[in-house]
Amino acid sequence: MSSQVLPTPQEIVESGLSAASDIAGCVVIVTCSAIANVRWARTTLTTNGETFSVSAAVVAIVGVDGGTAAGSVTGQVSSLSDVEELVSNAIDAARQAGPADDAADLPEALTTGDWNSEPGLAMSDELAAVTPALGGIFLEARKDDIEHFGYAEQAVITTYVGTSTGTRARFEGPEARLELTAKSHGRSRSAWAGRSGRRLKDIDVAGADQELRQGLHWQGTRIDIEPGRHTAVLSPSATADLIIDLYWSSMARDASEGRSVWGRAGGGTRIGDVVADPRVTLSSDPSWSGLEAIPFATAVASSAASSVFDNGLPLHPITWIERGVLRNLISTRATAKEAEVPLAVAIDNLRMDVDGAGGSLADVVARVQDGLLITCLWYNRVVDAQTLLLTGLTRDGVYVIRDGKVVGAATNFRFNDSPVDVLTRVIDAGDTVPTLAREFGDYFNRAAMPTLVVKDYNFSTVSQAN
Amino acid sequence: MISRDVDADFLALPLQACQDAALSQARELGAEHADVRIVRLQNSSINVRDARLDGNITAVDSGLSVRVLVDGCWGFAATGEISAAAAARTAQRAVTMAKVSAPLVTQRVVLAPEPVHVGTWVSAYDIDPFAVPEAERIALLAQRSAELLAHEAVSHADARVLAVKEQTFYADLTGTRTTQQRVRIEAEYTAVAIDASTGAFETMTTTAPPVGRGWEYLTGTGDTVGGAKAWDWDAELVALPELLAEKLHAPSVEAGSYTLVIDPTNLWLTIHESIGHATELDRALGYEANYAGTSFATPDKLGSLQYGTNLMNVIGDRTVTHGLSTVGWDDEGVGAQEWDIVKDGVLVGYQLDRSMAAEFDLPRSNGCAYADSATHTAIQRMPNVSLKADPQGPSLDDLIGTVDDGLYIVGDKSWSIDMQRFNFQFTGQQFHRIKGGKLAGQVKDVAYQATTTDFWGSMKVVGGPSTYLLGGAFNCGKGQPGQVAPVSHGCPAALFENVNVLNSVKEAGR
Repeated sequence: MSSQVLPTPQEIVESGLSAASDIAGCVVIVTCSAIANVRWARTTLTTNGETFSVSAAVVAIVGVDGGTAAGSVTGQVSSLSDVEELVSNAIDAARQAGPADDAADLPEALTTGDWNSEPGLAMSDELAAVTPALGGIFLEARKDDIEHFGYAEQAVITTYVGTSTGTRARFEGPEARLELTAKSHGRSRSAWAGRSGRRLKDIDVAGADQELRQGLHWQGTRIDIEPGRHTAVLSPSATADLIIDLYWSSMARDASEGRSVWGRAGGGTRIGDVVADPRVTLSSDPSWSGLEAIPFATAVASSAASSVFDNGLPLHPITWIERGVLRNLISTRATAKEAEVPLAVAIDNLRMDVDGAGGSLADVVARVQDGLLITCLWYNRVVDAQTLLLTGLTRDGVYVIRDGKVVGAATNFRFNDSPVDVLTRVIDAGDTVPTLAREFGDYFNRAAMPTLVVKDYNFSTVSQAN
Repeated sequence: MISRDVDADFLALPLQACQDAALSQARELGAEHADVRIVRLQNSSINVRDARLDGNITAVDSGLSVRVLVDGCWGFAATGEISAAAAARTAQRAVTMAKVSAPLVTQRVVLAPEPVHVGTWVSAYDIDPFAVPEAERIALLAQRSAELLAHEAVSHADARVLAVKEQTFYADLTGTRTTQQRVRIEAEYTAVAIDASTGAFETMTTTAPPVGRGWEYLTGTGDTVGGAKAWDWDAELVALPELLAEKLHAPSVEAGSYTLVIDPTNLWLTIHESIGHATELDRALGYEANYAGTSFATPDKLGSLQYGTNLMNVIGDRTVTHGLSTVGWDDEGVGAQEWDIVKDGVLVGYQLDRSMAAEFDLPRSNGCAYADSATHTAIQRMPNVSLKADPQGPSLDDLIGTVDDGLYIVGDKSWSIDMQRFNFQFTGQQFHRIKGGKLAGQVKDVAYQATTTDFWGSMKVVGGPSTYLLGGAFNCGKGQPGQVAPVSHGCPAALFENVNVLNSVKEAGR
């Protein structure tokens, strides 16, 4: 049985660019995904996996009648002839596409990252960083009639971007995630704890377990709370899910066309308007320690959020909302020009700071007279784009706060509220800390958010789920 | 319908060599069960904005995976490389993964038996979308967008089409060896109206469902089989701008309790969320408790839970023509079947994979295992789950004619449901007032909210076969790591009484 020698990412990039040397421009993006994971339910393993895959995307740029066109094709590569086929298919796609509205010269040559390095790996033995601790937690849980459910993942995504203008950029992004759900008393009590980071070995499994046990204990006292508007203490995870939705709804093009919450009546965007509490700042920076994100633009297809012609553009820190004032909306070079706004290419991390705020979640709770502590939010969906009204549900722990103390647990609720309005109703906040968004952490796991105290949060109806 | 074969370039992959290498390696390393899957997924996405191409991509994702059971513990590994050597290495990695995971196992996995199957299956379609020149596909979207933009009410028009060709080879230690090819397509057009003076805007999207068909669906040709209907795009697109203009200036709904006539273009999604997911046995047992959630419809209620009125009959199937979940065999080598889920309003069945069928002491799985790519392991996924029409039920006009005061809801939009599938909230594309048995103009800002069994318990009339449509989605999400699955839901129009309707503007505090 012979073993085939696969081309390296660098060979794929150079081969692709060479095959495209007679067209107007070319981008080759190689993504190497290494993922190891383990999942459990009812305190026993359910699934696991160790995968490694390499995919190559080729963006061919060609001159056509009326302008410049781009065509994108992605696929797995097992030989250099596969790369040539991708390039050929991308050229054909470009010629069929017709002139692109976002056409522009590719950015100047960028060299960043350790170009010659191999892709990062995530092997099954990295799971061993948490499985013994989990095994111990399971053992103790069984003694206490607690059931465990959860997921641990170590991923390393390595991206190589080469362009015909000389860019050779590499980024290795380790991502680790641990989620624990515990249920007790015939599943009538349920608590969740989530952690994200760069490596599983750095995650505090025991601390997450303590958080679960605290939640299950609090749920021993049930307190009836009617639906309606209440002061909400949103955990960093719950805050993250709301703010990620807001971030994804912040396209400059949509705003300038008048079809987004950030559009101004009569035309234009709300950049420059006061849109949030003056203590609130929302920003992104690819270089943040612990939240390192890819520091150059990558796009395999164009949209309101990205342009294939921007591939290789270096990304710089961006402030989206600065002390309550909307400063930037997500744009490409083309949409920034079209919308007449500053260029602000999307960055894969997000941080929210509240001036004058501070303290842990427990510290914040101690400052609340009367409110509901929300562990996490789930199934959040846009109901009305005009106001960015979201609906969704609380999940795995709604706790009643009286005079600075948790005194029991309420039911779950459906909410209907807008994160844009939420940012105008901030009462208090805690330290900004790295967090795992319960719902959107799958797609966006580099967030740092505070515990946020919001007045008049709209808990629309009761959910019987527990 | 044209009878098709699996594409020759997929069959030219070293399927037999990979099968032999992976399964023999797994057997040598002590696996009591092993299966190998080779998958190639072709995806095409085209987005057109204001009649001009906005973005497009063609992607091919292919690879090989091996799943083993070692001492009752799963091990799974995958690679993008399709070769005998890679298959053997992947089998070794899968066995290693089983051994690393062993400390977490407290319950050994056993699989329900399944007859050995050897065969080939191809879904029903006429025109391979990937054989249609991309320029032709873009031009069709652009032309229809331009027609929308020609109407004075339309400020912007978005169009998109997704096409997928999925090829799967499966083999396991029992001797099952299946090869399948499925084609599916989804398209939608959205018209946007903006009132520049107030900043208000509204959108309206076509209601054509995604289907297991080829490019013929986009041209309005193709067969009509049961609820899988050839779509009259021209008729829908001609009507869209006027409906949008009316909606932009429509009165905001008065919140309260309403009689709803729900069109199948909306009701399919309510079925998906409140019945489809709630009757997945893995959820009911707790497998998804950390992620997608559990279900109120727990196994102790099987045979006794009154899910809805006795007019409610729901089936699961992986067989309906043009269904998005329709296959020849599932991703554990189980033959496609049809079965009852709710009969005369009572919960009578679940969706199963082989391990759950064994745990439930059933002789056989009903074939609901699916993995969305080679790099993901098969989990229990939704079959086509459909509400049966009443054979003697009314037409849509007759159904509306029975309502003195209510709302007729068309098209899906926003959806949300809680972690046990109790409390849900849906919006739609069009909300028509019904007065005196007739449509009386649109209202807007509507969301309906209910608890699952209350809602299905309020279903007073089920429409007849003429109202039946096979709806569905490409993107049903579940599992960790996250997977998506295509699934269809057939249903007639139906009438529900005393449903809570919210005003979404008032909910936003405006």
